[in-house]
Amino acid sequence: MIKKITSPATTEEILKLSAGDMVELSGILLTGRDAAHKRMVEYLYKGIPLPFDIKNQSIYYTGPCPAPPGRIIGSCGPTTSFRMDGYTPLLLDLGLKIMIGKGQRSPEVVEAIVRNQAVYLAAAGGAGALIARCVKKAEVLAFEDLGPEAVYRLEVEKFPLIVAIDSRGSSIFESGPAQFRI
Amino acid sequence: MRTVSTSLITQTVEQLCIEACYKIGDDVKILLQKARDEEESPLGKWILQQFLDNMHISREEQLPLCQDTGMAVVFIELGREVHVTGGSLEDAVNEGVCRGYEKGYLRKSVLDPLTRKNTGDNTPAVIHLEMTEGDRIKITAAPKGFGSENMSRLAMLKPADGADGIKKFVLDTVVRAGANPCPPIIVGIGIGGTMEKAAYLAKKSLLREAGKPHPDKDIAALEQELLNKINETGIGPQGMGGRTTALAVHVETYPTHIAGLPVAVNIQCHAARHASAVI
Repeated sequence: MIKKITSPATTEEILKLSAGDMVELSGILLTGRDAAHKRMVEYLYKGIPLPFDIKNQSIYYTGPCPAPPGRIIGSCGPTTSFRMDGYTPLLLDLGLKIMIGKGQRSPEVVEAIVRNQAVYLAAAGGAGALIARCVKKAEVLAFEDLGPEAVYRLEVEKFPLIVAIDSRGSSIFESGPAQFRI
Repeated sequence: MRTVSTSLITQTVEQLCIEACYKIGDDVKILLQKARDEEESPLGKWILQQFLDNMHISREEQLPLCQDTGMAVVFIELGREVHVTGGSLEDAVNEGVCRGYEKGYLRKSVLDPLTRKNTGDNTPAVIHLEMTEGDRIKITAAPKGFGSENMSRLAMLKPADGADGIKKFVLDTVVRAGANPCPPIIVGIGIGGTMEKAAYLAKKSLLREAGKPHPDKDIAALEQELLNKINETGIGPQGMGGRTTALAVHVETYPTHIAGLPVAVNIQCHAARHASAVI
């Protein structure tokens, strides 16, 4: 069964998700990867307000391809999440609720997920064209100078995802392989 | 001597960069279909079906398979009887990469390693030039994404480590990589030579038709043994558990020094992109 969720999500909705659940997400996502995270955290340390509010928001780790003429966005699959790990606990403590990427997270991130009742969802790494079809609107929100690493505001419909680390800290990257290890 | 102009090389590289990013080979498609049919994990099956759907959408809609359209690795086999006219071969290849990435709406991901300033056109390419017999030039564009490239490793093993040491290093590399290189992966392994030769062999082995065994039966047996062991780890599609962690293992070897045993493991995601042309 595939669960339907909307973004921004309420804490109640997030608590219902368990590691290994298949979900389809619709709603608003902000994009951000290496350079955008570095800049966000630099702003926060210097006391400069972020050009957007991340409280209750969802961040999707992606750096899309340029949109060909007549299209909303180019291919936009997930990038490897662990490169954002150093910046993530601070953002979670500021109210970030959903992260979307691919691959494992650090123990510090898992702790911050539990502390803040957040969730980490994984998209299929390499399925950039399929995910582009789920994007109904895309606009640059901030840090335009970063090119493919700029922060976009995306409106998505039925984005296929898997709950990778749930709000209790259970991880499909541990339970899944353990089940199939010979 | 046959004359080939640099403008033809540029044009060919431009087309190959685009083709490689839009169309995955049927070899990978067949292996993915087989994996989907045999996968026991429901999550794994769902993910593998998404990859197959993605391949179809990418071809139909002319969208890159993956947004990480990579750093352009270009292999050139230059026949001894070819005279390249009109400028430098390297400049011609880079011009082709620049045009292909612009025209194909591919992502420009290349930057200075220290300042992190993007070059803006995905150049320079990594160019591997080999001299061959004949009067033709074979060009292969193999854009390499860094989700999988980052998980690659090289070890200068001791001769005493032997085949067991090689197997242990390969498995350790795959397990450490876990979900990060977008499994199911193709594992390219270079054994022997010097440090850079092993790395080159590992990279080059990824150009082989996916899953085609090495012609040497002992090397083919090593490939099969490693593939079985990798799939026994249970990492599975996207690291979420399952029977399919790797689609294929390719090994290439080269004689090495009495004191050494270099082993390079180049990990390739399921979006194993490469396109070739002979001019």
